Amino acid sequence: MLKFPIYLDYSATTPVDPRVAAKMIPWLTEHFGNPASRSHAYGWDAEKAVEEAREQVAALVNADPKEIIWTSGATESDNLAIKGAAQFYKGKGKHIITVKTEHKAVLDTVRELERQGFEATYLDVREDGLIDLEAFKAAIRPDTILVSVMFVNNEIGVIQPIAEIGEICREKGIVFHVDAAQATGKVDIDLATLKVDLMSFSAHKMYGPKGIGALYVRRKPRVRLEAQMHGGGHERGLRSGTLPTHQIVGMGEAFRIAREEMAEENTRIRGLRDKLLKGLSDIDATYVNGDLEHRVPHNLNISFAYVEGESLIMAVKEVAVSSGSACTSASLEPSYVLRALGRNDELAHSSIRFTIGRFTTEEEIDYTVALLHQKIGKLRELSPLWEMVQEGVDLDTVQWAAH
Amino acid sequence: MSYSEKVLDHYENPRNVGSFAKDEEGVATGMVGAPACGDVMKLQIKVGRDGVIEDARFKTYGCGSAIASSSLVTEWVKGKTIDQALEIKNTQIAEELALPPVKIHCSILAEDAIKAAVADYKKKHEL
Repeated sequence: MLKFPIYLDYSATTPVDPRVAAKMIPWLTEHFGNPASRSHAYGWDAEKAVEEAREQVAALVNADPKEIIWTSGATESDNLAIKGAAQFYKGKGKHIITVKTEHKAVLDTVRELERQGFEATYLDVREDGLIDLEAFKAAIRPDTILVSVMFVNNEIGVIQPIAEIGEICREKGIVFHVDAAQATGKVDIDLATLKVDLMSFSAHKMYGPKGIGALYVRRKPRVRLEAQMHGGGHERGLRSGTLPTHQIVGMGEAFRIAREEMAEENTRIRGLRDKLLKGLSDIDATYVNGDLEHRVPHNLNISFAYVEGESLIMAVKEVAVSSGSACTSASLEPSYVLRALGRNDELAHSSIRFTIGRFTTEEEIDYTVALLHQKIGKLRELSPLWEMVQEGVDLDTVQWAAH
Repeated sequence: MSYSEKVLDHYENPRNVGSFAKDEEGVATGMVGAPACGDVMKLQIKVGRDGVIEDARFKTYGCGSAIASSSLVTEWVKGKTIDQALEIKNTQIAEELALPPVKIHCSILAEDAIKAAVADYKKKHEL
């Protein structure tokens, strides 16, 4: 039995795994203590649960639990990492390097630092969505203090060469931050070998609850940050605020499950993604956005030429997909990520991001393929651009009446 | 984005989709918008010898509101003289379809499509 709409937007958010939800509930009702309360068992119990979760999060990425700081989510982690490091190390320099296809949580944070007097370089990506390491090296200046590159792109799912970037940063003594919100549970992360100093995590992208995340802060060699949230001095003074025990327990459980099941799960999900790709590839004039090799198994981002994106999403309302990131889908602008790949506006407008997850079935993929075939056919019947192309008109030679 | 029932109706069941042969007697074509902006509308009118629009066809590349706006104007122009058709204003289209502010440009484009089609007709007939 299919349940509609079919959810294929797992990179926007995921349902909380029932095992995670079950684990969280007692920490809302029975064990409601404040983990910072040192004077009674309610507090001690909560603190123990928080520390166990910290170990579970650290274990997935092979870090020391002492290197994990709880936050409200990846956006806060990005803010704390970037602003915190830039402000702490501003005596050494004022230049920051990031990438044009980063999430807004990174881009807008760097923009804010520019307003405060820092200077920033926004690297281009190649047509496949990956950064060019030579261009990256060339962008490094003597006063570069911070580099921020996402592990996995949220729209096109490509995996950036984090290990190589880390080597370069370490050699030059530059702090390296990685937003890994879309990477945990999808790619193996080993912080014992990766030369990453700061890494942002989110729970709700991997079957944990919304409103909780973490920041990895390397201890050896030690990385320092200026706190952005002041108060009770929680989390070694880096992030004050009462710890939400139930959320933290949920994130820990989600990371534990990911560690145990990700290898098997990713094989299954890759099979579904490949089936979807195969099913959609025989539609005329479709283009996969982003490299297929260096890519997480659950993402497929495709442009359907001569069909407009918003009407396409409307046409396929039986499936819940997005035309980019959920954070920008309210705007009429085409995806800045696809623009950065060099896709023209028209193809950037007609993209769909399918992201598959733990609860996706083969039947759902079959239904989606059939639906897309039918609806794209219908929209192309409606499309004057498709008609012109069928008549042999080269659209690039047409003088459009701009409006 | 939530759409009004009228937009959804036109989007699900677009009226008068298609094309007339460009050289057919009395046919004029207006094409407005640009792929880069996310909307292209092609509106064709077939005008009788008495100057009354007998039939209309459209094809639109664009969002649901753009498709609905152009579908609606194919209905509205039928039976009107070309000068009466020019009196159709984007505000009427927007009101009929209950377009939200961010979609007003769709109704403006539909009005422009009528103007372009009528201009093509006048040019062809040296009016």
